[in-house]
Amino acid sequence: MAYGSAAAHDEHTPSGWKRWVYSTNHKDIGTMYLIFAVIAGIIGGAMSVFIRAELQLPGDQLLNGNFHFFNVLVTGHGLIMIFFMVMPAMIGGFGNWIVPLMIGAPDMAFPRMNNVSFWLLPPAFGLLLISIFVEGPAGANGVGGGWTLYPPLSSSLGHPGMAVDFAILSLHLAGASSILGAINFITTIFNMRAPGMTMHKMPLFVWSVLVTAFLLLLSLPVLAGGITMLLTDRNFGSTFFVPQGGGDPILFQHLFWFFGHPEVYILILPGFGIISQIVSTFSRKPVFGYLGMAYAMVAIGGIGFVVWAHHMYTVGMNVDTRAYFLVATLVIAVPTGVKIFSWIATMWGGSIEFKAPMVWALGFIFLFTVGGVTGVVLANAGLDVALHDTYYVVAHFHYVLSLGAVFAIFAGFYYWFGKITGYNYSEKLAHLHFWVTFIGVNMIFFPMHFLGLAGMPRRIPDYPDAFAGYNAISSYGSYVSAVGVLIFLITVVHAFVRKEQAADNPWGEGATTLEWTLPSPPPFHQFNELPVIK
Amino acid sequence: MGRFKNLVVFMAAVAGSFSTIGVAAAEQGQPAPWQTTFQEAFSPVALEQHSFHDMLLWIISAISIFVLALLIYVIIRFNKRANPTPSKTSHNTFVEIVWTVVPVMILIVIMIPSLKLLYYGDRIETPDMTLKAIGYQWYWGYEYMDEEGLAFDAVMLEQDELKPGQPRLLATDNAIVLPIETNIRVLVTAEDVLHSWAMPAFGVKMDAVPGRLNETWMRIDKEGMYYGQCSELCGARHGFMPIMIRAVSKEDYDKWLVEAKKEFASGGTPAMKFAQVTPENAE
Repeated sequence: MAYGSAAAHDEHTPSGWKRWVYSTNHKDIGTMYLIFAVIAGIIGGAMSVFIRAELQLPGDQLLNGNFHFFNVLVTGHGLIMIFFMVMPAMIGGFGNWIVPLMIGAPDMAFPRMNNVSFWLLPPAFGLLLISIFVEGPAGANGVGGGWTLYPPLSSSLGHPGMAVDFAILSLHLAGASSILGAINFITTIFNMRAPGMTMHKMPLFVWSVLVTAFLLLLSLPVLAGGITMLLTDRNFGSTFFVPQGGGDPILFQHLFWFFGHPEVYILILPGFGIISQIVSTFSRKPVFGYLGMAYAMVAIGGIGFVVWAHHMYTVGMNVDTRAYFLVATLVIAVPTGVKIFSWIATMWGGSIEFKAPMVWALGFIFLFTVGGVTGVVLANAGLDVALHDTYYVVAHFHYVLSLGAVFAIFAGFYYWFGKITGYNYSEKLAHLHFWVTFIGVNMIFFPMHFLGLAGMPRRIPDYPDAFAGYNAISSYGSYVSAVGVLIFLITVVHAFVRKEQAADNPWGEGATTLEWTLPSPPPFHQFNELPVIK
Repeated sequence: MGRFKNLVVFMAAVAGSFSTIGVAAAEQGQPAPWQTTFQEAFSPVALEQHSFHDMLLWIISAISIFVLALLIYVIIRFNKRANPTPSKTSHNTFVEIVWTVVPVMILIVIMIPSLKLLYYGDRIETPDMTLKAIGYQWYWGYEYMDEEGLAFDAVMLEQDELKPGQPRLLATDNAIVLPIETNIRVLVTAEDVLHSWAMPAFGVKMDAVPGRLNETWMRIDKEGMYYGQCSELCGARHGFMPIMIRAVSKEDYDKWLVEAKKEFASGGTPAMKFAQVTPENAE
């Protein structure tokens, strides 16, 4: 990637492998995060296609009786997509690249720590991939405990082999990486805003990353504690989660979801920020209800910490406890509704241009709404009894994550592609990518609502014959989506081969944030003179 | 139910699913091909769940369609060609209050029946009998707590063991026989890892947790066969430890008790039966 010549003189620009491995530059690190996310996404996506291929027809299609391998794929797909695709893309990738540009800062507050944050990820990913080839349950390889790693299945009883230990160490490294990154973002955003940019003038993407960073900082240590207890249970004879020693498997679930629920907001909040920027840019209007939008994210983040046990309605919790979590969970719908309606109000009266990022953003808004309302259904503890651990849940969280977070990532990718690479992407290909993906993912996940209502449990390698029809549609959809990924890769390669120079601000007057005042791509170090915000 | 089905079919059409959706005359107690909603309810709790879900489906469908309609409207009315000059409006306190207060009111409408349903489904104060289900990797054990020494295991039937009419992956060697119109307390626990005892037709799902004895309840409305599946990931054969209930009249149940006590008192323990299944697991 060539950097603009504007600031080339007097700059010490490292080259070759040192530029990347020793990098302390937020843009280079952001680029590495994005490439990492694409690679991890392809691996995690391939796992999901294998899962769908197995489930295309009733009976054993591809497993040859190795049903544990199915669980390994389910576990790997979940962990990879969460920790090594969505988080690196949104926070590591777009956060690193764009936050300093948007607040008018020359770089992140702790550039060397930024380097550590990134370089902890490849070893973390490596450990997870190694775990697939290490003994898990007796006589079988890999972790088959699901991404939630519930003991006793993940403890030495269910997985006596070392695979779970590898996965735990992988999560520790990935968690440390994210905590360091979170500290970096919080410090950067609080201290390095350009003169005149008050908190209430920050772009909403910066707000979203700030809230996300706080969620990471407060939730990941709890996960670290939980999986460390699991590690000592497995290896050093402690009994935190072993009933025979006075422990309780449910304790792990509380610790896990105290992290896990904020985690799902970590995955989606930066997406909210990206969508806000895009909707405002392409409607050529300022964001409607800016303060409401910012504090809705703060509220979602805050409430996100007190609703964790809605993932555990069937574990046998006291009924009054469930009643509390039911009410608290429903409350989240209010700030989320504020966001949806504010996006629509931003478009209302606007002059909308349907460039690829905007099309992805529109897709996001509708599909996230569909995923959100099924979340309202699941929040009801009494009804969740019928739906918990069925495909209804799978449909719900893929609508908010696969069709929410991932759509936001693609929207952001096309929005900032020219800024990051200096090249224009092909609008035609990007639109084709959108439509193929839109059709594909809806084919996969919409029928899953019906399967869930009919009672099909999650995470099973074979199903009663009555579920065959919708499973077949779902699997076809998965192949369509895989074609979508191919089109995405072609779009990227096409842009790099075509080398059509991107303008500094290709989006016109609607794009008001500071990154569009810089060349595309920006110089290696930007804002040598800090911009002043009026 | 009729209007509910119409709505579901409409939503299916939105999703571009195939048009062959017709809720087939389902066999009771098990899923049917292309069904778009719950399995038919055969317990009071399941009935309450379904009517609450019907109400919710109206609300969430209306919200989704409302958002979709707004999106289509702004796409048509406020695109670049239709509206070349954007407005600069970025605040309107009134609509902001409306879209905060209206959702709150909708949530209150949801919350009240939801809490009622939660407490109704929780447990029964005056059970007529108690069934204990114990999860093992990978089969269920059952104890009839009111009958001295009546206990057996239920292992999934492999394809070549199925009798005509028995559904694959759902039928077990021993059925749990239960009387209809009886308040049954169900205690659920596990011996090794987590499992979950689920019976869709009765709206029951309770995790089986080692070291805990969880309680739920059901009351079966009608005689017949009912099927459920383990609903918490429990290892390689998680998909192969179903639950099969045969609901009978109270008189037949009393007759069955006499026979069952004889049958399950003598040898041929189900654990031995399971041992025959084991070599396949090793694959």
